[in-house]
Amino acid sequence: MSDTETTNTDLKNKNKADFEKEDYKYGFHDAEQFVFKSERGLTEDIVRNISKIKNEPQWMTDFRVESYRIFLEKPMPNWGDVKGLNSIDFDSIYYYLKPTGGQERSWDDVPEDIKNTFEKLGIPEAEQKFLGGVTAQYESEVVYHSIREDLEKLGVIFTDMDSALREHPDLVKKFFSTIIPPGDNKFAALNSAVWSGGSFIYVPPDTDVAIPLQAYFRINAKNMGQFERTLIITDKNSKVHYIEGCTAPTYSTDSLHSAVVELIAMEGSTIRYSTIQNWSNNVYNLVTKRAVAYENARVEWVDGNIGSKVTMKYPAVYLMGKGAHGEVLSIAYAGKGQHQDAGAKIVHAAPGTTSSILSKSLTKDGGQSTYRGLIKVHKNAINCKSSVKCDALMLDNKSTSATYPYMEIEEERGVRVNHEATVSKVDDDMLFFMTSRGISEDDAKGMVINGFIEPFTRELPMEYAVELNRLIQLEMQGAIG
Amino acid sequence: MTNQTLLLDIQNVHAEYVNPHNQNEKIQILNGINLKLYKGKTHAIMGPNGSGKSTLSSVVMGHPHYRITQGDIRYLNPETSQMESIIGLQPHERAKKGIFMSFQNPVSVPGLPVTQFLRASLQNIRGKDITVKDFRKELKTSMESLQMNPDLMKRYLNEGFSGGEKKRMEILQLALLQPRLAILDEIDSGLDIDALRQVSEGINRLVDQERAFVLITHYKRLLDYIAPDNVHIIAEGRIIKEGGPELVDILETTGYEEIVKAAKVNG
Repeated sequence: MSDTETTNTDLKNKNKADFEKEDYKYGFHDAEQFVFKSERGLTEDIVRNISKIKNEPQWMTDFRVESYRIFLEKPMPNWGDVKGLNSIDFDSIYYYLKPTGGQERSWDDVPEDIKNTFEKLGIPEAEQKFLGGVTAQYESEVVYHSIREDLEKLGVIFTDMDSALREHPDLVKKFFSTIIPPGDNKFAALNSAVWSGGSFIYVPPDTDVAIPLQAYFRINAKNMGQFERTLIITDKNSKVHYIEGCTAPTYSTDSLHSAVVELIAMEGSTIRYSTIQNWSNNVYNLVTKRAVAYENARVEWVDGNIGSKVTMKYPAVYLMGKGAHGEVLSIAYAGKGQHQDAGAKIVHAAPGTTSSILSKSLTKDGGQSTYRGLIKVHKNAINCKSSVKCDALMLDNKSTSATYPYMEIEEERGVRVNHEATVSKVDDDMLFFMTSRGISEDDAKGMVINGFIEPFTRELPMEYAVELNRLIQLEMQGAIG
Repeated sequence: MTNQTLLLDIQNVHAEYVNPHNQNEKIQILNGINLKLYKGKTHAIMGPNGSGKSTLSSVVMGHPHYRITQGDIRYLNPETSQMESIIGLQPHERAKKGIFMSFQNPVSVPGLPVTQFLRASLQNIRGKDITVKDFRKELKTSMESLQMNPDLMKRYLNEGFSGGEKKRMEILQLALLQPRLAILDEIDSGLDIDALRQVSEGINRLVDQERAFVLITHYKRLLDYIAPDNVHIIAEGRIIKEGGPELVDILETTGYEEIVKAAKVNG
């Protein structure tokens, strides 16, 4: 532990210097106070230790160790941002941190500095207005967690993943990792080995959770990976909307965020999963998100990628039952030094299933955005419909945008798949028109951009839409004017 | 003519189009335009295709793709009663001084609600906040007088609008912004007879002693609805003939070619 303290002091000194260099506007951070911090790098011992500290059942320990072995064996993906991926130094990352104390039940009990961080993000107000329950993940562990009584009365389980493993072991064991096995990809394996925190939601049959459930995530330690693990199950004919938003402080060395999110929508149920990620632009955001939708179920991913250095994320929906519907609605913003490699994957494995993908990307200052998507229609999945639309808006000539739509269609009967892509620029004639009506060029650009992402923002709850428009406006300020 | 108040004075303006992607690629379009516009007057600018009509309006409004290489554009400052150069001002600064131009092809901005755009525009021009309630009231009155479909206000700016709807949107903005100088570039193009009548009525309601109108058009048709005081004929980037409303009829019988030829002989 004394080593850890020394490290912390060093970090603080370094952080101060880093801050003077960087200008990331959400770059505030709190002095780090950790009860436990694993050493840098990953070994089987560290994996076992994480499981031990968390007091996990043997099956989870075995799962982690097995996943660690898979992680070692799995090659790095040879597509996407290959250069970025290969520059990740796995040995310099902390894989587990646990902040002060354990679970906090009420806001009053949350430590002051942590509270300050949240207040800067506006969480307390958001909670009063909108939250059904807050799972605010600070570092790797959930520190604040409240569930409104009416949710409990409905029989809805909304808790952090670690607590779920303790309190609902059978439910977790039944579904955990059934959608994304550790062998899926190197980063899913890594997450499976070292996961910590994340949300667990179970909605019982015929239950409509009217209020969105929310969680905020932050990375607040140098070189610290965050490996949250989220599992959402909606039982027959139930409905839930989960919102995850994040913004992180700036550190000069690269951080890794590698989450795994699994959604299971039983017959006739609906899950909407909304994310706005605004990781500071040194973070590698490599997330595996996948859902299965059974008969007449509906899964919607609403995915906003504003921050990070490199994001590789392709939310997937496997349409397993007749009449199931999958939707991916995403925006990506790539500024200087950023690469957003995002997209969607829809697998039509049953007849009469439908899907739609709308991807919007904004690039400026040499930013790079890539849409990478797959539509797959299995043999005998007749009468499937899918529409894909990718719109790119480039704010200057230095930025780039690419589209890779893949299709694997094994069935022709009644199958219709549309793909449409547009690339546009904020053109001078558009700005001239608007400025001729008294609007300044900066404001006109902002209006064009907000208009471009409007199909996305209108799907968000009001406060998120406002926050997103504000974020985009801040990001644009360099380019505007 | 001595009791007229000059509002805009275009003095020997030479201007070129500069390709935004290649600054070395330039096309000279205006070759010494002289034009005086007066308060309370309706001016018609007529001319064949490619004569520089639209460029002239873009240059007055300050389009970034045009560069004035010679001459000056001076505009009346109502506070000092002095004519001041507007060259170098951004389009939105010119708009705030009361200059308005309607577009031949108004752009559409997907995702931008019409009402948000109109309110922002109005607030900028007036230099003060306008409550949503007051704005709605004002908008309703103006729209009714132009017989516009109220559902247009639930849409995005010009997105999916018909040609006629776009032109009405332009006149709506003219009515809301109440400019001192309104340049209407082919406001009659793409309008059927009924729409032309409604649009013309909308313009006629705004004609008063304080503002000047410039109607840029190919055809006599618009001028049957809105009577011009002064008519200016433009060809090859110059004003080649000026006169009263009778010039419209002469033009109708002789055609542009004759007048251009005559001007060359006389010039």
